[in-house]
Parts: sequence; C-alpha cells; structure tokens
Amino acid sequence: MSKLNSKIPEGSLEKKWANHKDHIKLVNPSNKRHIDVIVVGTGLAGGAAAASLAEMGYSVKAFCFQDSPRRAHSIAAQGGINAAKNYQNDGDSTYRLFYDTIKGGDYRAREANVYRLAEVSGNIIDQCVAQGVPFARDYGGLLDNRSFGGVQVQRTFYARGQTGQQLLLGAYSAMSRQIGKGTIKMYNRHEMLDVVIVNGKARGIITRNLLTGEIERHSAHAVIIATGGYANVFFLSTNAMGSNATATWKIYKKGAFFGNPCFTQIHPTCIPVAGEHQSKLTLMSESLRNDGRIWVPKKKDDNRKPKDIPEGERDYYLERRYPAFGNLVPRDVASRAAKERCDAGYGVGKSKLAVYLDFSDAIKRLGKDEVSARYGNLFQMYEKITDENPYETPMRIYPAVHYTMGGIWVDYNLMTTVPGLYALGEANFSDHGANRLGASALMQGLADGYFVIPYTVGDYLADDIRTGKIPTNTPEFDEAEKQVKERLNYFINNKGTKPVDHFHKQLGKIMWDKCGMARNEKGLKEAITEIKALKAEFWKDVRVPGSLNEFNQELEKAGRVADFFELGELMCKDALNRNESCGGHFREEYQTPEGEALRDDNNYAYVSAWEYKGEHAEPELHKEELKFENIKIAQRSYK
Amino acid sequence: MNLLLKIWRQKGPNEPGKIVDYKMTDVSPDMSFLEMLDVLNDSLVTKGEEPIAFDHDCREGICGMCSLYINGEAHGPEKLITTCQLHMRSFTDGETIHIEPWRAKSFPVVKDLVVDRSAFDRIMAAGGFVSVNTGGAQDANCLPVSKVNADKAFDAATCIGCGACVATCKNSSAMLFVSAKVSQLALLPQGKVEARERVMKMVAQMDAEGFGNCTNTGACEVECPKGISLENIARMNREYLVASLTHEEKKEVSGGF
Repeated sequence: MSKLNSKIPEGSLEKKWANHKDHIKLVNPSNKRHIDVIVVGTGLAGGAAAASLAEMGYSVKAFCFQDSPRRAHSIAAQGGINAAKNYQNDGDSTYRLFYDTIKGGDYRAREANVYRLAEVSGNIIDQCVAQGVPFARDYGGLLDNRSFGGVQVQRTFYARGQTGQQLLLGAYSAMSRQIGKGTIKMYNRHEMLDVVIVNGKARGIITRNLLTGEIERHSAHAVIIATGGYANVFFLSTNAMGSNATATWKIYKKGAFFGNPCFTQIHPTCIPVAGEHQSKLTLMSESLRNDGRIWVPKKKDDNRKPKDIPEGERDYYLERRYPAFGNLVPRDVASRAAKERCDAGYGVGKSKLAVYLDFSDAIKRLGKDEVSARYGNLFQMYEKITDENPYETPMRIYPAVHYTMGGIWVDYNLMTTVPGLYALGEANFSDHGANRLGASALMQGLADGYFVIPYTVGDYLADDIRTGKIPTNTPEFDEAEKQVKERLNYFINNKGTKPVDHFHKQLGKIMWDKCGMARNEKGLKEAITEIKALKAEFWKDVRVPGSLNEFNQELEKAGRVADFFELGELMCKDALNRNESCGGHFREEYQTPEGEALRDDNNYAYVSAWEYKGEHAEPELHKEELKFENIKIAQRSYK
Repeated sequence: MNLLLKIWRQKGPNEPGKIVDYKMTDVSPDMSFLEMLDVLNDSLVTKGEEPIAFDHDCREGICGMCSLYINGEAHGPEKLITTCQLHMRSFTDGETIHIEPWRAKSFPVVKDLVVDRSAFDRIMAAGGFVSVNTGGAQDANCLPVSKVNADKAFDAATCIGCGACVATCKNSSAMLFVSAKVSQLALLPQGKVEARERVMKMVAQMDAEGFGNCTNTGACEVECPKGISLENIARMNREYLVASLTHEEKKEVSGGF
C-alpha cells in the first residue's frame, strides 16, 4: 500500500469541506494558549496563518529571514487575486473557478483541494476588505474586477499593479496586532536551518540569528512551513534575491515527501535579460495582456523599428493560434508560443530573445490617461529598467521563471508526511497542478493561511493538550544543532577560491537550458551529470569570507545554494520520470502535431511524491493517483 | 564606465566606521546600482576580502528592503524609485559616488550599509491595523467606499516602509511613515471605528522610539520612492488633535454574566 494518504473526506465535492470541518477535533480555548505553533515564513500564507492562529489563542512563534515580516516576496505580486464572487454578473461560480483551475493546471491537481480553494475564495476578499486593504473600486464605491489568463469571466480583484503588496500588508497588519498583544513572538532576520523530529513528530526547528550568528533551538507542538517556492534554483527568476528552498529542502530530508518538483512556471511577460551581470528578472503583470497585443514581425530578422513595421507585416501569433482566448491564454501556452517564435528566428531586440507587447491599440481605444490609470506603475517600472517609453514604443518581453507549482506534498489537511509538520502556500505542491493560473497564487496562499490551517491544525493539536511544553534539551535537538553547526563551519573553513554566486549562476544556466521551458530525455540526463559535477566543485572550491558569529550574507547564500544543487537534481529526475507534457512541464518528445502539450492520462495522472533515502541513495518515487470524479478529463484547448 | 566609490564600512553596531575607496572599471550603464555592488563584492570575495553588507531583496522596488544614501540622497539621484531600481546610466563616466547607510538614531547601523529598522515594526504593532479577526468579516461589497477616498487610501497604502523619509529628515522624523498608515485606515470606513485610538498609540510609540518631530520641511515627500504626500502628515495631525481632545480611555468591563 502506498505511504500516501491524501485524507480526502467522503461525500459529494460540494459538501466535503463543510462535513470535514464539522467533524474534525477542536481545541478548547483555555487549552490553546498552552500549545505552541511555529510558523516559518511571513508571506501571505505564513502571515495569514500566524495571525489567525494567534487570534484563536495559540502561542505562535513566527520567523522570517528578512528584516521585517512585511518584506516577504508575496509583496511583489502585481496583478490580482481571484475570487468567485460573481460581482460582475458574468456567470461566475465556485464550480467555474474550480473547473478553470483544474483545467488550467492541465488536470494534475487534486479535485477536493481545488474545490475547497474556490469555495473559500470569496471569504478572502471579505477578510481583506475588513482589514483595510484598498482594492480598486468603481464610482459607485463597489469593488472592481479585471480578467486574467485562461478564464472567460472577470473575477480578479486588484489594487492597481500592487495587489500582492496590499494583501501582504493586510496580513502583516493582522500579525502586527498579535505581536503587539504578545500572542505572536516575532523573530526577524532568523533563518530556519533544520526541523527537529521527536518520536516521529515535528517538534521544533533550529535557526540562525542572522544578525549575531547565534544558533537557536525553538520547540513547538506543530511546525508550519510557509517559505515560498524554489524558482531561484534557476538563479535568474522573478523571485527576490533571498527567496530560497532551504526550509522545504530540510524537511524533505527529514521525511516530508516532495511533490511534482519539475512543475515550474515560466511567466510569459518579463523584461528580457540585458547583460551577464543581471541579478534577477522583472515581471510585467499578466494583467497587461488584457489590453496589450503580443506580436513579432512576419519576416525573419526584421531589424526595422516596431513602428515602421506596417500592420500587415506583423504576426499577432497568439490571436492567430488561439482565437478564443487570444492574448489571454494561460501562462504556459503563452510562454511556449513566444519561445517557438524566437527559436524560429522571429525574435526582436538585440538578443532576438524577445517579442513585442504593444499598447498602441489600447491607447487609441481608451486614451493614454485610462491606460495610465490601469498600468501606470508597470509602465514606469519598465521605463526605469529599459530606458524605453512603452507609451511610445512596444514593450519587449520574454518568458522567465516565476513560480513553482511543485513543493512539499501535503494531504487535505495541509499536513506533510511527517505528523505535526505542515506546508502552506507556494511551499506545498498545492492546488495548481502542472500550471498555475494568474491571480491564483495570492488566493491559495491566503486560503491556506486564513481559512484552512486554522481549522485543520486543531484536529492534530487536540491530542497535544496534555503534552506540556516541548523541551529543547533533548538528544534530537542536540543532534540537529550539531549538524547545522558542522555545515556552517565547513563553509567558513573551506577557504576555496570562488564566490557562491559563481556556482549559482552556472547551476541556473544548466537548469534553464535543460530543465526550463522545454525538456528532453537527453538534456535531462546531461543536466543530472553536470549538476553532480558542479556540486562537487562547489563543495571543494567555494569561498565564504568572514566568520560564523556575525552578520554574514555570503554564509547565508552558501547554505541556500548548497540546497539548490540537490533540489535541482531532483527536479531533473522528476522531469525525466514524467514521460508526457503537461502544463509548465513540456517534454519535447511528447507534443501534438501543432506543437501543443501532449498529456498521457493513462500513465501519468498522478502526483509524483519523492521520498529522501539518504545522501548516496536514489530517492523513492511514490504516486498519488488523481481521480477525476466531477470533471471530465480532456485535451486542454484554448483555440 | 569607470567610477570611484567611497563606501561606509563598519564591522558591527558598536564598532567605529570609516569611508573606504573602491575603484570600479568597465561598469555597464545598463547595470542596476545593486548589480554594480554585486560585481564589486564578487571581486572582494575572490580576493579574500569581506564583501560590503547591504540590504536588498525583491530588486523591483516594492519590498522596501534596500536603502543606501547615495551622493547625499536617499535611494540616489532619481525620483520615485528605490536604490534597486536605480541604473548606472544615471551616473557619468569618471564620477565619484559616495555610498552611506541611513543615518538616524532610531535606525542603528548593523554592519556596513545595513541598518536596523525594527522601530517601524513596533510602531505598526502599537496600532497600525484594523481590529478584525479572521472569519468575522461581512460581504466585501456591503459597505461602499467612495472612489475618491479609496484612491486616497491606496496612495497612502503604497508606503513600502523603507525609511527613506527618516533618513532624509533633518530631525529623523518618522511622521511620513506613520501618517501614511494612519491616513489609509482613517480614510476607510473599516478603519474609522478605531481611528482615534490608533493615532494616539502609533504616535506614542513613534515618540518612544526616539524619532524626531516634523518641522514641515517636506524633504521626506521629495525623497519618498513611492511619492507619499505630505498631506498625510496634515491629516494625521488633525486626527491626533481630534483624538487628544475627545479620546476616552478604554474602560475595562469585568464580569458579563
């Protein structure tokens, strides 16, 4: 029997969550304050969870590596958040949001989880408005909506191009309220370096105080990991510089299975790479595709300025290939189409690795003021980076790594395969299947944090009301701390010759070339060999200056990149195992004659969940079969 | 481009600091300012020297983590951007660039260019929120908000908490930061209920942290990367005045059975 038990409740899809909530165990209010919960990460999922759990009465300890919880990278999400409110009267419903998400994810997500996500989506908007989140409104004072890729209704709530910022500041304010009350103890500039397992249960973490270098032990009755995704494996991504996979990787090595690591999202509209010193890529919100039109010249190597290319000589390839959805096809489809045109020699700009995103029609139709009201801050951001004015000349865009659908495998309660250890938000393998729809990450992070974990964690903690405080002076904590210290010491004492970034950039290039937008068997096998060799060189030759007991940013990076090597290898193995194309995972061997992704539902309609087996052993693959009882599985078409 | 960088180096919070010179050659004008520092750090590490510590994270101007006083201006010479959005094309070949940390008593230096801004978190914890628990909210559209007020609240809410206002102010005042949050929540019906209590508590914490007073110079508004308006300070002063005249201490009610 499989070790995986997804614990999906019985009953009809619509009643599962309500029934489950009605029957899981509760913790009495007077017992909650004797129960400690650790939350690692303070983005939308972690911040919302920490605040909600503290409001309920639990003693919460929250951790972030940044100097304040308000800096978590959720803040950079631009476009919006989906919710099935049907405020626009365009026929939206819980079922439609559920259906769009399953289809958008190319039928590789769990029905029950996605339905729950759609079900609580409306509560999120209510909650955020009550917190004072200033969503966009119309002149009647009611909330405004826009549309996003892969759907045909307007269900995206937004706050100009800064929706993530406003939602995160809402969660941060809710956390701040609890920090002021003393129900959340906040640890800024602390990085989790291991989880501590006692008698098979997650009972604490080891952290490093990044200011002083001190290694600390923290115990709790449950540990929640909400540390985001792992797109920085690629070095160049739209993630923040500090975004890392260390927390998720450490729990993987302590028994939590890793789900679908090869499902990464390449976002179609990013500012193209400008030079070799580039440190990160900047996203241009998908909302731009509401009014911008994507095109390339019909002629190869056309070096004319975009405005000199007449209408008849432009190829609006998304509108041509996908007339029903046009420029608003899902991200994976839009990204591959851009790559296809550029690979075929129609790319624009100096590098020829870019396509145009043109607003001249929108400016004619709506006027410059209206375009500015909708996208002003994005246009400004683009101009600051590229020195070009998008009101006058089309933007140049190219796909970039943006989000990871894969992550720690969790059951319906968001618990990992380790009892008492939970993963939320982008850190879990989540509800997005093989491709996430725009404006759904914010929805999932907040759903997990505000409306799922507060209920499900009680079911587990109800058995801990008599446990008492978890001591930290036990052999399990000793051992975990010892390992953490040994590794940190290794880096400081290694005295190699090359900085961490040198290795990270090379890893990123291998991953982008061979495990990026398109993958094939030969490339993936090469990548695994190359990563192993590079990893060996890294451990031999990395140089980390400074000492342990001080603020040491190179030391922080070294630990994170060491984990990226191992995770990168697992991503390639997972991509190699999945002999089909689905969503963001495009295996060149498996495509339709038109170049669309070709799924293999007979053999691959499962979640791959990898179990760590030790440093020198191959990880073991477990399969969670996906059952589609409410949706008819079909070839995904946006034509 | 060739540049001479004069950078503040300070080993730790209680160590003395000094300006150290670094020569940079072949800097591409398309590089961002922080990428230029990445290149410098790369070369320092390769030489076995300690790299320059500076705060940064999202590198797209929204997280508020980056700082830096560049040639005497918070976030450098350009307007309405953060340091991470600054590009080397804003400088000229052969230029000398002075790079220092935020300077304010309430933002002590941690190392080199990194400062401790946790005072802002403590001000937020004192009252920068609406007291609503998860799960208790009514339908989001049950309370219309005039677009004018919603837009003003949004403008105030775009503050990224970077601290440029404090660093720029000759008094190291945090009034622009505090007033942005006070305004955002006071302008919305959801935040109106506890507006008076909020402004009293946030201002008290601001004073306790040792930030200076506002003397209406307006430098904060000029240097704010998000263009937060001075109008917010006026609104906070009005809120504070009204609150201090009408505010009633919360009476503890015991029992209830």
